[in-house]
Amino acid sequence: MSRPVSYNLIQKPLEADISMAPLPDGHQGEGFFATSLDAVIGLARKNSIWPLPFATSCCGIEFMATMGSHYDLARFGSERVGFSPRQCDLLMVMGTIAKKMGPVVKQVYLQMAEPRWVIAVGACASSGGIFDTYSVLQGIDQVVPVDVYVPGCPPRPEAIIDGVLRIQDLVAKESLRRRNSDHYKALLESYGIQ
Amino acid sequence: MSLTNEIIQQRLTEKFADQVGEFVISYDMLQFSAPKEINLKVLNFLYDDSQLAFTFLTDLTGVHYPDQKGQELAVVYHLHNLKDNIRLRFKVFTSVEQPDVYTATGLFSSANWMERETYDFFGIHFVGHPNLKRILNVDEMDYFPMRKEFPLEDQTRIDKDDEMFGRG
Amino acid sequence: MSEHIKLPEGSIEKTTTTLNLGPTHPATHGVMQNILELDGERIVSADQTIGYIHRAFEKLAERRPLAQITTLTDRLNYCSSPLNNMGWHMTCEKLLGVTTPKRVDYLRVIVMELARIADHLICNSIMGVDAGAYTGFLYVMQYRELIYEIYEEICGARLTTNMGRIGGFERNFNDIAFQKLEKFLDEYPKALKEFENMFQRNRIFMDRTIGVGGISAERALNYGFTGPNLRAAGVDYDVRVHSPYSSYQDFDFTIPVGSTGDSYDRWLVREQEMWQSLSIIRQAYQKVQAFTGAEAEVYHADVPEYYLPAKQDVYTKMEALIYHFKIIMGETDIPAGEVYHSVEGGNGELGFYLISDGGRAPYRLHFRRPCFIYYQAYEELIKGAMLSDAIITMSSLNLIAGEMDA
Repeated sequence: MSRPVSYNLIQKPLEADISMAPLPDGHQGEGFFATSLDAVIGLARKNSIWPLPFATSCCGIEFMATMGSHYDLARFGSERVGFSPRQCDLLMVMGTIAKKMGPVVKQVYLQMAEPRWVIAVGACASSGGIFDTYSVLQGIDQVVPVDVYVPGCPPRPEAIIDGVLRIQDLVAKESLRRRNSDHYKALLESYGIQ
Repeated sequence: MSLTNEIIQQRLTEKFADQVGEFVISYDMLQFSAPKEINLKVLNFLYDDSQLAFTFLTDLTGVHYPDQKGQELAVVYHLHNLKDNIRLRFKVFTSVEQPDVYTATGLFSSANWMERETYDFFGIHFVGHPNLKRILNVDEMDYFPMRKEFPLEDQTRIDKDDEMFGRG
Repeated sequence: MSEHIKLPEGSIEKTTTTLNLGPTHPATHGVMQNILELDGERIVSADQTIGYIHRAFEKLAERRPLAQITTLTDRLNYCSSPLNNMGWHMTCEKLLGVTTPKRVDYLRVIVMELARIADHLICNSIMGVDAGAYTGFLYVMQYRELIYEIYEEICGARLTTNMGRIGGFERNFNDIAFQKLEKFLDEYPKALKEFENMFQRNRIFMDRTIGVGGISAERALNYGFTGPNLRAAGVDYDVRVHSPYSSYQDFDFTIPVGSTGDSYDRWLVREQEMWQSLSIIRQAYQKVQAFTGAEAEVYHADVPEYYLPAKQDVYTKMEALIYHFKIIMGETDIPAGEVYHSVEGGNGELGFYLISDGGRAPYRLHFRRPCFIYYQAYEELIKGAMLSDAIITMSSLNLIAGEMDA
């Protein structure tokens, strides 16, 4: 005996034909807009993140669905996925990382150029997932610092997009001096990265 | 006449007398075992014989029985006769102190990695294998994880609290 | 060059280049490593390393009761999880001596063939991507989304489905699932025809794949190949026909067989298998609709010892409460014995070897994983070929790392 399925029939009315993204704080005038350099660079960076899909298992297939035309990730600026760490900003670790694969993740992270962000997609990358075994690394934050965790097994494509949007928030608000600060250096030291 | 489990049992006992034993039919599949010294002879006989023709190795794996002293580790071969569609299970036992079994890679190329996996998990040494190294686990691992005495979880992890998982 | 530059004897010891087609590579679908020795562009030898996603399924399975192992089987060949789930349920049913009613069998066939279509779609379109044609992949991913929507209506999840229970399904398929299935059966053949037209007689694709990575039938059998790779080599071994399970003997379908076993044959065999799967789904759907009255509501076998009773019965009837308690706490009698059951997975014969000692969890569970077994032949397939041939061969074999390392 199945329950009747209900649909979300409450539709939000459209406020305007085109919705505009909010401007950062600044001074406007005739033909100019003055704001802080951090805000401008953050705005430029966040809408053109080049991800490196480190897809190992099932979450990788959900990533393929996210990159497909139904749940397009390209509309958020991540059209060009690269497989070379030197050219990418965002390391998306999707899938289980075994102990054999841990040094490979660390190597790829080390090869990426600053500024770099890491998103752990799925339960296995966040904390080992359902595999509490001798051969699985219990979360990639044992080897690399992680910025955003996306839970799910596998997370729905909407959840992966939400994770990328959270990364975009982090990118937009990041200070230009963060990568040289003592706080960041201490973080990398704790992972053994010089 | 087409091959049946009785004919296989009869042919095997004719050829190997009482060295093959423990014939059981479990869920329509005939199962038997033999001493580990003659495992290649049995496999070759099953392969070359024109009536038996077990030319397809479906699976090769190991099992650990810690309670059977002297015969703790078992190697299980699943064979398949594709023409008559009959499957067969063949077990050899070996002790954990000296787990040497002759390799089947000369006969079946698919046994190569399957024996490496069995070595990786149980520590069964296949005599004559071209490349017997660990295949699925890290090369530096010094124990054989599928043996019953070893735990499932990594004992050095600090973020999971065994009390909360009911394993305290 | 060598007559003008005299180098001391033995100074160039190696005349080959070592290339690490490493675990992180866009061409390796999943994490496998190949260390190739190249003589110019030709491959002299290849050394495979796997185990980069070894998750210890077999050790995990010794801890879980039979019903909880379904979640592990999902993650074997994650492109076609329902196939693995159904295979595991059938293994448990063989051990426990449960026979499923016909309607359950036909519903299982629908789900399994949808999973097979999903798996072959990924393999064929990624072969196109590796040869440089990204468009085909985008066109057919839409139809995989439709298959995911059908799974969602049946079990709630898209990818790791955990579908079904020992004895049948957890709920009946609702009308929306059947509507979506009809929509799929209407729209998908046109898309598959378009995909086929793009690749099948495409000059570039044919040049990239014909004669690449071929294997003869005898070598394939010796290497333990099964599934589309073996059928492309010329041997018509299909577990659905040779050891029919889940009432496959009631269906009328053919097995496509290739001749040379090269990558083009593998692509064609998978393409034709998708058409056969569509025909099987149509037949199964008609058979399901032919049930009327009370039979049309049957979605599981009548085995109260192993199948959880309905919740309203648990709260009102004493027997249902006791069965519920026994199943959850693991007090049911599971017979001791050894059983081997196999199904035709997306890649070949997926076998489950289950040794039960009468306890709640298996004593030993071994998965006979087709990808693990036929990847051994990779070196033989690419010896003497060029580097780009090696990439196409790897993707035509449909290697799923989750199934390989388990």
